[in-house]
Amino acid sequence: MMELDLFREYGPALLRGLGVTIFCWIVGTACAMALGFLLALVQRGVSARPVQWILRAYVEFIRGTPFLVQLFVLYYGAPMLGLRLDAMPAGLLGLTIYGSPYFAEIFRAGLNAVPLGQIEAARAMGFAPATILRRIMIPVMLVSALPALVNFSIILTKETVILSMITVPEIMFETQTMMAETFAFAESTLVLALFFWVFVETISRIGRRLERRATHYLLDRS
Amino acid sequence: MFSFQTIIDNLPVLAASARYTLLISGAGCLLGLIFGALICVAAVSRAPAARAFAGLYVSFFRGVPLLIQLLLAFYLLPLVGVNVPALAAAIFTVGLCAAAYISEILRGALNAIPRGQAEAAIAVGLSPRHIWTRILLPQALKISMPALVNELILLVKASSLVTVVGIVEITRMSQAIASATYRPLEIYLTAAFLYLAINLVIAALGRNLERRLAW
Repeated sequence: MMELDLFREYGPALLRGLGVTIFCWIVGTACAMALGFLLALVQRGVSARPVQWILRAYVEFIRGTPFLVQLFVLYYGAPMLGLRLDAMPAGLLGLTIYGSPYFAEIFRAGLNAVPLGQIEAARAMGFAPATILRRIMIPVMLVSALPALVNFSIILTKETVILSMITVPEIMFETQTMMAETFAFAESTLVLALFFWVFVETISRIGRRLERRATHYLLDRS
Repeated sequence: MFSFQTIIDNLPVLAASARYTLLISGAGCLLGLIFGALICVAAVSRAPAARAFAGLYVSFFRGVPLLIQLLLAFYLLPLVGVNVPALAAAIFTVGLCAAAYISEILRGALNAIPRGQAEAAIAVGLSPRHIWTRILLPQALKISMPALVNELILLVKASSLVTVVGIVEITRMSQAIASATYRPLEIYLTAAFLYLAINLVIAALGRNLERRLAW
């Protein structure tokens, strides 16, 4: 039943797909984190009502709708508004938007956990707001937020397969191409499932180790 | 440019397809609760084999993307001689996947139940089955209600993935309408707002339920 020749023949394409998967995951997660951090800062720093409303609506909308539908809106719908994106940029933008409210929530909770006394002390010593953020708030916030950040980043690895639905040539897409040409549906899907199982387990292990190290480092510094 | 008429014309059909979204996520959640409770019992059991099975189960279903799990069920089940309709396979797969998350939720809730309760139940001579069904699981369910409501919302969103096995729920229907009307922006946005509406209603019902369940 298992035809290993298939994997020899389609190996290069699958490896390329794996590369695209990892690339999308890393870039998408980094951008989502950046946007999420920005959202958390705005939510904390700008108290104007309309801004808060818009922020809330954005968060509710993104968290209340499926990632797949968001991708369809971006890839098939946005051209009507003049935003014509290729599959890959649309996918990366999709990941960024999809992940941002979750990361924003993690950062918000982390920033709220920074003891107010530390911020006041820094202010009393004449630190500039940007310095307080960079030298006090971010390192202290990271210690408490790291586990959640690592956790959500791992969740995002699994979301990258959904990018195949808008034809981003990641590993799922390449596997489906292979399946369509070879009719080896069950074998390919099984191998893909096992691959993801190992991949996600490995990433979680590495993630948790990094998280412990980073926490030690941050605690030593602060 | 933005055609509200398209939305108005197609909303009834799109809303009707929501019943499959609700069926898959609702039945999936129910199955997930049943399997999840069993996995949870296995995870905290004293038998190493049961614990190992629960660990493997949770790691597999949380490690493999649901999209791949669905395709796996769709392609693999017929090969091993199980011929079920796509809808049944989809509900079953969603249920199995939800069970992995729900078992972890329940396990967390179990930790919040004072140990003395299980010990007291043993002391008064309740059988293990009754300790679980009368003492531990009902309380675990109550404690984990907010997390379970959240899980249901996640499942409503995840049900969009069953399009890959050809079930015409909201997402699949919106694909069909979008390609027939050439109005993808309007149709996909409508689909998005339908999901949002469903989830807001579930969240509100959940808050209501939590208030009623409050100790």
